[in-house]
Amino acid sequence: MNRKKDEMLLDVQDLHVSVDGTEILRGLNLQVKAGEVHAIMGPNGSGKSTLANVLAGREEYQVDSGTVRYNGLDLLELSADERACEGIFMAFQYPVSIPGISTAYFLRSALNSIRRYRDESEVDPIDFLEMIRSKVELVGIDEKLLQRAVNDGFSGGEKKRNEILQMAVLDPKLAILDETDSGLDIDALRIVAEGVNSLRADDRAIVVVTHYQRLLDHIIPDHVHVLSGGRIVRSGDKTLAQELERDGYAGLGVDDARAGSRT
Amino acid sequence: MSEAKELQELADKEYEFGFVTDVESDSIPAGLDEETIREISRRKDEPDWLLEYRLKSYRYWLTMKDPSWAKVDRNVIDYQKIIYYSAPKPKKELKSLDEVDPELLDTFEKLGISLDEQKRLSGVAVDAVFDSVSVATTFSDKLADLGIIFGSFSDAVKNHPELVRKYLGSVVPYTDNFFAALNSAVFSDGSFCYIPAGVRCPMELSTYFRINAEGTGQFERTLIVADERSTVSYLEGCTAPMRDENQLHAAVVELVALEDATIKYSTVQNWYPGDAEGVGGIYNFVTKRGLCKGDRSKISWTQVETGSAITWKYPSCILKGDNSVGEFYSVALTNNYQQADTGTKMVHIGKGTTSTIVSKGISAGHGQNTYRGLVDVKKGAEGARNYSQCDSMLLGDRCGAHTFPYIEVRNPSAKVEHEATTSKIGEDQIFYCNQRGISTEDAVSMIVNGFCKEVFSELPMEFAVEAQKLLAVSLEGSVG
Repeated sequence: MNRKKDEMLLDVQDLHVSVDGTEILRGLNLQVKAGEVHAIMGPNGSGKSTLANVLAGREEYQVDSGTVRYNGLDLLELSADERACEGIFMAFQYPVSIPGISTAYFLRSALNSIRRYRDESEVDPIDFLEMIRSKVELVGIDEKLLQRAVNDGFSGGEKKRNEILQMAVLDPKLAILDETDSGLDIDALRIVAEGVNSLRADDRAIVVVTHYQRLLDHIIPDHVHVLSGGRIVRSGDKTLAQELERDGYAGLGVDDARAGSRT
Repeated sequence: MSEAKELQELADKEYEFGFVTDVESDSIPAGLDEETIREISRRKDEPDWLLEYRLKSYRYWLTMKDPSWAKVDRNVIDYQKIIYYSAPKPKKELKSLDEVDPELLDTFEKLGISLDEQKRLSGVAVDAVFDSVSVATTFSDKLADLGIIFGSFSDAVKNHPELVRKYLGSVVPYTDNFFAALNSAVFSDGSFCYIPAGVRCPMELSTYFRINAEGTGQFERTLIVADERSTVSYLEGCTAPMRDENQLHAAVVELVALEDATIKYSTVQNWYPGDAEGVGGIYNFVTKRGLCKGDRSKISWTQVETGSAITWKYPSCILKGDNSVGEFYSVALTNNYQQADTGTKMVHIGKGTTSTIVSKGISAGHGQNTYRGLVDVKKGAEGARNYSQCDSMLLGDRCGAHTFPYIEVRNPSAKVEHEATTSKIGEDQIFYCNQRGISTEDAVSMIVNGFCKEVFSELPMEFAVEAQKLLAVSLEGSVG
């Protein structure tokens, strides 16, 4: 079902998550409405990436308690591929390579899997190339990249642009960008951010997970949340990100001492 | 989506060629002695020289021991329990496809091997071998206009005895090994192909093998001769019904390439692999060898082995002519309790000979996959070169991959390279695909196809598509 602007898309209540027996998220609450852009900020080890991966359905993350409602569904009941078919997209911090499979083929397979799930007709290779052309321009990648194996030998910037390209093609309802700014120089950052901005829409929500404020200079969030110790400790508008930039996490009374543990 | 229903569909789909065709067959009783061989020869109305060849092979076979050096675990074969000859009735001379038993045609339709109009459109000439005899060959007339001989081995014995006599056993002598000796004694039919000098065969030639009758062994014989400057691409496919017993398939394939000739031989092997517990399935013990007899000749083997309980074969090249070229591209997949011990031998005799080996082994379930290969550079093979690449992929932790590369070099100017890798499909790769909406089954099949790409790209187009689908089906149920 398609959500209109301001309708609740994602509702996370008192979420507790552990990895290998260590509790990472400890009672996290988050509400995201269609049309909004949320930024989740926090020091290393605060649980940012855990949140992103749990929402995407990664199995190593054990949900101990809490609920996640997404678009009228109990999200935690769905497998990772079902979530993707229901419109959740995660841009990976470290996209993996798949040797021998071209990016175009991979992306068309993904698109057709999702279309089959929705009882829509599959897209043939010719129509697919047609539809992907404009998206390729949007994220500023070389069209030749589509013929190379998925992320195989891609530079850091190419990998991140490829993630945004996939987001543009798969047209998600909820996009989660996990540290998309990491490893990007300022030009690449700007191109990626422009790509994301062009995908802002009334019926789509975007959750940007980031350590630094610099990405938020380009993607202006509606809400900013600070995550620390597995909980959201402060929420505000875009000025909160600027405050963080100025005073650091310590200035907000947030402890960065857990740096280095799993995020 | 109902998971139970989905699983059921997958389970039902496991081996879609496992049906039995209800045709009457005309068989010789099980068992093997000289009289059996005389009977086969009599039924086929063969010349004396061929009967003599069979008997010589049989007597030699009696002196040999069933070999046990392969890395496979198998039941003892009782050679007296095998039916050595089975032919669909009525066994009369067929003048055209219209006379073929409709049940048989229906079988080949089910297998996707349409013997008539469809194939005409796709331009593949097909020879279909059902149990022990060739039931239909398409396009023979059109090929004959070019001087190409393509049809059943029996017909070749009748119509071109001089060619058969000249080349039969010239690459794989009956003394070669236990199963080659057995085949030479009891082989019933198969395909024969001769491409005259200077002719480029305008279409793919294809043989489709089907074991149907219970208790039979299949012992076909294929002989392909490419005369000077000729070119041919040949495909073979094979399937069998599901049965609890292990059926033996012991074929011999001989290729001869004269000066400047090229033979490309592709196999998609999908014999019944046995059930998930390892009961039943075909023992696929085949001897395949090509002789690059003339200078600058080339023989290229491509095989995709997904079926059979045990696959045990080494399609090889004898590079006798100077500057001749041998290639071997292989994908072998073992799932459940399947075993494969396969690879190649490249024997460099002529000067400037080159060979390439690309082997991809995929093990899933309890499957055991062995690459065994020999690169043998003889003294006179000045400047010989070989490149070998053996990659293994493991799915799960109960399967095995093994590599036994043997290299013998007797000429100091030779260059021999060998690379080997082993990888496991990563959880990360599967999650990445899942997150894009691709199911785990599809993700595994996609990753495996990527792994096999170098081999698939050697296959003729339509076979490449079939091979990919086959891999996907063979992998079903292999992941958690």
